[in-house]
Amino acid sequence: MDSPPLPPPILIIEAVEKQFRRGTETLHILQGIDLQVRRGEFVALMGPSGSGKTTLLNLIGGLDRPSRGRVAIDDQRIDQLSDRRLAAWRARHVGFVFQLYNLLPVLTADRNVELPLLLTSLNKARRRQQVALALRVVGLTDRARHYPRQLSGGEQQRVGIARAIVTDPTLLLCDEPTGDLDRKSGDDILDLLQALNRDHGKTIIMVTHDPHASARATRTIYLNKGQLSATAVA
Amino acid sequence: MLRHTLNWLAQTGSVTRLSLETIIERKGACATSVFGIAGVVAVFVAVLSIAQGFRHVMTRSGDPTKAIILRSGSDTEMMSFFSGPESRLIADAPGVAHSAAGPLASRELFVVINLPKRSTGTDANVPLRGVSPNAFEVHDRLRIQQGRPFVPGRNEVIVGIGAAREFVGLDLGASIRVGRNDWTIVGLFTAEGGLAESEIWTDATMLQSAYQRGNSYQTVVVKLTSPQVFPAFQHALENDPRFQVKALLQTDYYIDQSRTVYNLITGLGTLIAALMAVGAVFGALNTMYTAVAARTREIATLRALGFGSSPVVVSILLESLLLALLGGLLGSAIAYWVFDGFRAATMNWQSFSQVAFAFRVTPSLLIQGILCATLIGLIGGLLPALRAARLPVARALREL
Ligand SMILES: Nc1ncnc2c1ncn2[C@@H]1O[C@H](COP(=O)(O)OP(=O)(O)OP(=O)(O)O)[C@@H](O)[C@H]1O
Ligand SMILES: [Mg+2]
Repeated sequence: MDSPPLPPPILIIEAVEKQFRRGTETLHILQGIDLQVRRGEFVALMGPSGSGKTTLLNLIGGLDRPSRGRVAIDDQRIDQLSDRRLAAWRARHVGFVFQLYNLLPVLTADRNVELPLLLTSLNKARRRQQVALALRVVGLTDRARHYPRQLSGGEQQRVGIARAIVTDPTLLLCDEPTGDLDRKSGDDILDLLQALNRDHGKTIIMVTHDPHASARATRTIYLNKGQLSATAVA
Repeated sequence: MLRHTLNWLAQTGSVTRLSLETIIERKGACATSVFGIAGVVAVFVAVLSIAQGFRHVMTRSGDPTKAIILRSGSDTEMMSFFSGPESRLIADAPGVAHSAAGPLASRELFVVINLPKRSTGTDANVPLRGVSPNAFEVHDRLRIQQGRPFVPGRNEVIVGIGAAREFVGLDLGASIRVGRNDWTIVGLFTAEGGLAESEIWTDATMLQSAYQRGNSYQTVVVKLTSPQVFPAFQHALENDPRFQVKALLQTDYYIDQSRTVYNLITGLGTLIAALMAVGAVFGALNTMYTAVAARTREIATLRALGFGSSPVVVSILLESLLLALLGGLLGSAIAYWVFDGFRAATMNWQSFSQVAFAFRVTPSLLIQGILCATLIGLIGGLLPALRAARLPVARALREL
């Protein structure tokens, strides 16, 4: 029996290094990272604290540039783009989900979700449609007019996810999305991410410390001492 | 390109709306900044309105159909001197208007007397001017408001309403001591807001004898047949070999006279305002730094979502400008309501006597005040805005 042909990689990372300066010493956080992620994958990225998971995710999401090496998404190199082009690229290609949600407290849930759409050419009516759709996907239609402080942590994170998917980005990048939630709400979020991956075909890369969370992914990779591996290093 | 610009404007618009919506949550710091700037603008406008008021009185005093003649080499009437015959020759110069009684020329002398001020009780100088009997025809803006004109040959004076307001004892029917005698105040007069309102007038001949001036004068004021004859009038007088005089249009004379005080007050006002403005700039800086710090996370989040850095800069500048404008408007309003028309008196350094005037908050001063506020807002917003723009997104996100 033939297995269906594998979809092409959507993310290709080659020989990526990242160094930081701290005073006079240089920290070699990432040392020769190679990684390919295919369309439709749900990758969990694990590793000890301080191993550079967030740093790697930032390079993939175009929030920072590698010291050396190449990062390409959908056949486009992003490691050389200027700040302005990177910002425009982020707006079209990535959705971020943060550990602490990062919602704007002065905006209601629906206006938070609308933010990335302000960077598109959609008119108000179309934006409203998209926002309603995203809120329905995360199951928060009835909380659209609530402010973040009126929502529980789990609900806030769902608003965060709605904001990340509202522009239908190429990649969904989540940095410890359940890190600040209790088990129950965390499981709800993981259910949601899994559904987005399985039913909507979203490509997701998720940083987590929690084996319970990584179990939901289609693949888990480990970062340790600046290197990636397919198995956890004891 | 157009698309790019529209997109940029849309981004700036939404980021600015976001920051303005958070003003309520930062109302304490914002109010401090607004009131600080309002204070600067109020003081700035108030002090300059003094200079405006002073200049207004001085220019009001001038009339282009009148000329004042001084001995050449004297800048003020204090230093000028004419003998009786000289003053008569001046009055006969071509271009002087005539009435049935002769040329419309007032030969005048001028002394200062000391009187206590109503406000402080301390003595200050009041000009006492002796004028010709036909002075009311020459100084045709003078109006007797109460009482009657002085009668030549009697120890009588009339008092300008500005002087009457400023000094103790200058009431109708009261008397003042001039030389060795008491002179009666028989009238109060107005001069359409001009400098004469700060003076006391009497008959020149009486004043000459009270001060042992003999038959001498200090100035001659003439009414010309029209403003156009002045050049010819001036030429005739200044080239007359019988005396050394200079003729000035009354308008020019008063502007000259007010220049020192005007420049002094304007300079002082600008200096005070500049010092206060430095303080206000720091206030605005602090407000905007606090605003930026409080919003580091939000700004970083917006940038992560793909918002550019220049819309963030512009939104912070706009917010700072808006607060400054509010302050500017408030300060101008305060200056206008409190100081416009506020009465005061100051030294006229040319005659070393008091000039009564009212503060004038003119529209151009209000505009200057608001411009000053705008400048403070721009400077106060610029550094915080640039700091927000330079913030590397990845670093800002991990500082939360
Ligand atoms: N901008 C920076 N400047 C200097 N050092 C940095 C910078 N960003 C990250 N680091 C350092 O790089 C290392 C890796 O940080 P990173 O946040 O990527 O780790 P992490 O795996 O996400 O850790 P955690 O699980 O605690 O979130 C840390 O030692 C951190 O202090
Ligand atoms: Mg991390």
